[in-house]
Amino acid sequence: MAESVTSAGELDTTGHSPRRWLWLLLGYLVAFGLIAVVWEGSKALFAIPDYKLPHLAQIAEAFFRPTPKGPTWLILIQDALYTAFEAFVGFTIGSVSGFLIAALFQRYVHVRRGFMPYVIASQTVPIIAVAPMIVVGTGSLGAPPWLSKSIIAAYLTFFPVVINVLRGLESVDRDALLLMRSYAATDNQIFRLLRLPASVPYLFTALKIAATASIIGAIIGELPVGSTRGIGVQIVVGSQYNTFNPGFLWATIIVAALLGMIAYGMVALAERRIVRWKRPES
Amino acid sequence: MPTAPIIAIDKVSRIYGNANATTVALKDVSLTIEKGELISLVGPSGCGKSTLLRLIADLDTPSQGKITVNGHAPEQARKQREYGFVFQAPTLYDWRTVERNARLPLEVMGRPAGEWQARLDKMLAMVGLRDFHQHYPWQLSGGMQQRASIARALSFDPAILLMDEPFGALDEFTRERMNMELLDIWETTHKTILFVTHSIAEAVFLSSRIVVMTPRPGRIAATVNVDLPYPRNFDTREDPRFFELVTQVRETLKEEFVGHV
Repeated sequence: MAESVTSAGELDTTGHSPRRWLWLLLGYLVAFGLIAVVWEGSKALFAIPDYKLPHLAQIAEAFFRPTPKGPTWLILIQDALYTAFEAFVGFTIGSVSGFLIAALFQRYVHVRRGFMPYVIASQTVPIIAVAPMIVVGTGSLGAPPWLSKSIIAAYLTFFPVVINVLRGLESVDRDALLLMRSYAATDNQIFRLLRLPASVPYLFTALKIAATASIIGAIIGELPVGSTRGIGVQIVVGSQYNTFNPGFLWATIIVAALLGMIAYGMVALAERRIVRWKRPES
Repeated sequence: MPTAPIIAIDKVSRIYGNANATTVALKDVSLTIEKGELISLVGPSGCGKSTLLRLIADLDTPSQGKITVNGHAPEQARKQREYGFVFQAPTLYDWRTVERNARLPLEVMGRPAGEWQARLDKMLAMVGLRDFHQHYPWQLSGGMQQRASIARALSFDPAILLMDEPFGALDEFTRERMNMELLDIWETTHKTILFVTHSIAEAVFLSSRIVVMTPRPGRIAATVNVDLPYPRNFDTREDPRFFELVTQVRETLKEEFVGHV
């Protein structure tokens, strides 16, 4: 064998040498520094009052302010965990149903033609208008309060999964299909051995979008009056008391953003573990 | 007494299109292929050589005429897994390692892994991929990918190998080496091989018989018996008879072109 082989080792750029981590950390610090300069700079330059844009120190201070139930950061983390739970339930329901809908649409063209407009319409309806109806509706049926939030999260989650997985299932190339035909494969075999694995990278793209969307959905569900727990409730409180305590609203926003990033990161991590057949990106 | 041909093509035509615009990809093609032959279909683009291969494989259906593969209609032959097909692109599944790609037909056909593993290993060794079982397609060169796809086509031991310009995308050096390897495979396995190419030299080097095809409409212009002795090697390409045969095929194509322009 004289032919050259690209070994996996040579091209492996996913290794984690301490040096790489150091550079990454430095990058984050520089980016944060830039944001801080622009933030405080524009505040000074345009004389922006605190209730519109607080000092970064005020936000930091808000995290550590004591409350009757403990320091603010601890309360926010507890609320964030509750939101994460609602979002996770919604994400699971939405992803599974989205996947099943996509598989159904792929298999039966007529079903797709009939139902696709409704799937698209479901996402053009402003969720902020529908959310209170879902919250009140499920509440009057005696469902636990978190369920309505999960339903809204699922509602925002299923759509990207349907669209991307459908694309993934159809992404197989013509010869790959003809190959299966040459083996006299059944439709189920073609689905299981060809379409399904081909759709996995698309699925992960969808799940990354869905992960952040599910957090947004859960937060939107927490906004209507009557909700008692969750980071969304703290956002509402924060905007009500913004004039007195301008750092707090931003603290809740930061926690909500971190929650979305963690959700995204977890899916990205799962993708790296599962999709191992791809050429590493340099 | 001659045995029944393994592939019989009788006045086959394939016409694409609708009532307004039609393309005659193949017109009245007849050909019989004996068991164990290595036949090349050679000709310029649009001569219908790939179409003919796909009709035999039941990946397409003739508009007229009849095809028999190992005594069966193409559809039945396909369902009985009589042939292995090799495409121009290796068509490996990205998410499967070399070994699992080669095992794909066995999985589809429900053949017991234990019984067939030895054959699978043998086929991968035969195409020179013994040490690459666990590699993913992106880790292989183009030539190695195509070797994997040949191992896959042979893994379930079909009687016929249908190859659609399998080395067309490779550089000339790799292609010549692959030609040698294909002849080795043919001599070891005694398969009937039907090989589509647009390279006259490749056709002469490989085949026991060449079917020369011409376009508009696609049809057989001539068949040329290649009387170069097997086993063939790198010296074969320098044999005066090799050049005579190349010239003979080229002249046939030229006449057809001159006659039609």
